[in-house]
Amino acid sequence: MESINAKYVSQKISKTRWRPVHAAALHQPTCFATGSWDNETNQVCIWGVGETGMACEDDELEGDPQLLCECKHGGDVLDLQFLDQERLITASSTGAVTIYKIHADSQSLSVAHVWDRSHHYQRASAPCTGVVCSSPDVVSVGEDGRVILYKADQRGIKNADSSTIHAVTFLRTTEVLTVNSIGQLKLWDFRQQGNEPAQILSLTGDRVPLHCVDRHPNQQHIVATGGQDGMLCIWDVRQGNMPFSLMEAHSAEMWEVHFHPTNPDHLFTCSEDGSLLHWETSSGLDTPSFLQSRNTSIMSRSAAAPAGGNQSLISAWLNGDSSKGRLETTHMLPSQTLSVNSLDVLGQCLVCGTDGEAVYINRQVPV
Amino acid sequence: LRQRHVGFEWGTGDILVYETNFKLQGAGSARSGTPSVHVVRKDEDIYSPILRKLFNESHHIFVGLQNIQEDLPSKNKKPQFVSISKNYRSVIRACMEELQQGAGACCVSILLAIELIWNLCEVLFIDAAPAGVLLLHLLDWVRLHKADVDERAREVLQSESPTHHHAYWEVVISFVLQGRMDEARQVLVKQANLQPASRPIYQLMDSLLQKMPIFNPGGTQTLTEFDVKWRHWHEECDRCLQDNSFASNRHLETICKILVGDEDTMLEHKELLGTWYHFLVSRLLYFHPTVKPSELHYYAQSSMDMFLDFRSAPEPLDSILLAAFEFDIHQVIKDCSIALNNWWFVAHLTDLLDHCKLLQSHNLHFGSNLREFLVLEYASGLFSHHSLWQLAVDYFDHCPEFGRVYLELQLERVPLETERKALKVLRICEQRQMNEQVRSICKIMAKRALSNNRLGSALSWSIRAKDAAFATLISERFLQDYCKRGSFSDLDLIDNLGPAMLLSDRLTFLGKYREFHRLYGEKRFTEAAKLLLSLMTAKIAPRSFWMTLLVDALPLLEQKEVLEELFISKLSVSLSLSLSAVCLFQDEDIESTKLELLRLALARNLAMAIVKEGTVEA
Repeated sequence: MESINAKYVSQKISKTRWRPVHAAALHQPTCFATGSWDNETNQVCIWGVGETGMACEDDELEGDPQLLCECKHGGDVLDLQFLDQERLITASSTGAVTIYKIHADSQSLSVAHVWDRSHHYQRASAPCTGVVCSSPDVVSVGEDGRVILYKADQRGIKNADSSTIHAVTFLRTTEVLTVNSIGQLKLWDFRQQGNEPAQILSLTGDRVPLHCVDRHPNQQHIVATGGQDGMLCIWDVRQGNMPFSLMEAHSAEMWEVHFHPTNPDHLFTCSEDGSLLHWETSSGLDTPSFLQSRNTSIMSRSAAAPAGGNQSLISAWLNGDSSKGRLETTHMLPSQTLSVNSLDVLGQCLVCGTDGEAVYINRQVPV
Repeated sequence: LRQRHVGFEWGTGDILVYETNFKLQGAGSARSGTPSVHVVRKDEDIYSPILRKLFNESHHIFVGLQNIQEDLPSKNKKPQFVSISKNYRSVIRACMEELQQGAGACCVSILLAIELIWNLCEVLFIDAAPAGVLLLHLLDWVRLHKADVDERAREVLQSESPTHHHAYWEVVISFVLQGRMDEARQVLVKQANLQPASRPIYQLMDSLLQKMPIFNPGGTQTLTEFDVKWRHWHEECDRCLQDNSFASNRHLETICKILVGDEDTMLEHKELLGTWYHFLVSRLLYFHPTVKPSELHYYAQSSMDMFLDFRSAPEPLDSILLAAFEFDIHQVIKDCSIALNNWWFVAHLTDLLDHCKLLQSHNLHFGSNLREFLVLEYASGLFSHHSLWQLAVDYFDHCPEFGRVYLELQLERVPLETERKALKVLRICEQRQMNEQVRSICKIMAKRALSNNRLGSALSWSIRAKDAAFATLISERFLQDYCKRGSFSDLDLIDNLGPAMLLSDRLTFLGKYREFHRLYGEKRFTEAAKLLLSLMTAKIAPRSFWMTLLVDALPLLEQKEVLEELFISKLSVSLSLSLSAVCLFQDEDIESTKLELLRLALARNLAMAIVKEGTVEA
């Protein structure tokens, strides 16, 4: 926590993402993008941080992000993803989906392609709330309840949902999972014709709107969601339609949940209540102590799994033995701030953006 | 807008100005003017990107200040308050540095002035140092704000021949005027080494400079002891002056005169002092270092008079500083409010002073005290900004009298373009139990969703507001759709209502009716029939639907298993069916075929029931 840098950036940050590093490169990410919201003119900015030979006078500034380039964005930036090293894609509150290209040496940023009014009602445009890509496919979702796949033959599922879809994630190359404002997860398979979801999962009890979803990087059936009441749910998409576990995480809406891409025993969540939590579960047979009781088939499998390491077939998140618990949660931000809207983690670096118009960077996350 | 009469309307932070057709003489002009409304913004500062950092960082400090424990007595909290004051100042300085690197030159001078005033208030009011320490703090204050001395010194010392630099003696005198004896001696020694002949007088000066007593607050020496020592030293300097020890070197003589506290000599170096308050502090340093806080105002006034020379009227900054030296906090705040175009400074400073219990709480006409008034004004100004309104919420929270009312009124007027923004505003309202606002925001969002035909969204908004009336409206829409098209839309919603179904009767009916259809589709006729029966007896079905329900009941009654299952309650079933039928027939115009079918079915049913009932089991 000592190594966290805060920088005030004069714009409320709605999304922030690390720029992907080359697969062959061994160094930590040094570049990240931010999107703003609620400004008269919103912007997408690229920032650089760290060892790339920036002229800094004292050690204090070494962790300070420097603005590399920026570009205007129409409407609030409601979602932002990197397509690859050079391009990023944003979802806008005007209903547009835009691709930006970063030019040589991160010197400038410009619009490469716009799909205007992808999301709309009959007469007005609707905000596009989420966009996700798994090169070369891009899928976007919006408040109009549409799920759109951008390809040569652009395929859209109209009226996919009668309520607002808040977030989307790829499960497999042809399947996406969406979450909506009546607390349902819906699985869509693009190979199938028709406009019906392949599967619907939800909690019984109060239908709490779900705001974010993320898939386990190694095991495609494990998904984590966060909702309006700040509860973190882990789901197994193959097993029935109930969440595997429910954990009280935050006291207000959870805006983003991320599994660590290379070390999935670690999970990060951020929330409207101004906190950013780092969840760490031990691998092997230890389990979170407050898991609900599970069916025995899972338990027997876990008994057979080799102890230790991420190589175990069963992810630590789904272990069923509830007698021993080891789930550690740490607050990553030094003090309460305004809402933390977004976070991203890559390697040992964590970046997050808040409504207090500040960006926090931690380059020594213990993973 | 020339030669036009304009009308205007006040907003929260700006004025709307528009052209009118009004003319003083003659008929109003028939010529159409430009149909535009101009927005005149009072406060451009909050739109400056660099100053926004000031607002955000100071918000963080403000919230931290409010949360300081109340149980400690004020005396023990003084170091905390001083450090908070320093935090505020460092935020101002950080902004200043950034502005200097950029192009915002105009704001820099205002920020400099603000920091100067704040620093002085910190020294005099918050730290409230007693005599002895007071002067030390004032010296620090002056040194911080006259930084060009170091630059000049560097320039001189790095030149090829420092002693021949034209600014050499200016640097020495500047150091002396600021009480920086060691640095003065370091520079002076260069001259001494060059002129071995004059070494004695340089050594004399060096010893005088070195021997000047400085009060050490942490030491064992009391103020009186220090005063005695200082007087001795002062007399020694005076003696050197009287017997012309430095007569051969006019520069050294000047320095000695300064050491003695000769005001005229100091005034000869006005350009080195720069400001009257520097003059004040130098004067005090060499004339009365044990000055008491209560004596300050006399010296301040006279310094200003002597320095400013009646040439120009005192600037606002000068009168503010003078008021501070007179310990008239209210005057300081009042003058700052008038001079600055933004409430940031006075709001935060007054709040801090209030926490130090330095403000007498006299109530203003508006029913709140000074601190609250200023914080409210500042926060209201923030709300007029499209983005900084979120900061204002915390400020309103800490205004006990009117904060809540202001917040309620302001939150209702925040434009809600996206669902995410509405959710954030709702969270703010819910955390403060502002139920009226929750309901009204949810209703706005629900109506918007409904007009865009997003029934699911509309329903989820009504559920959040627990708005039964709106939920009923939405259910009506669904049912109307069903009647029109013969099938349900948005099945994913209706099938998965869960406990939300209980929000309104109509909604419950909708859910149950859909369930009935599902059961029928799955050929679970018995359960379907039971459900239908409960729907009719519970009386939650709307009148318009009774016909449909009865028609739906028809095929069920034909099913054998239904008849057998409901054996016992057959009579009650028939009776209720007949009852409803009777009511229907009386009121409405129904197709004759349907009517016939119904009558037939009911008659048959009754007949069978009577027979079955009448049969005695063996």
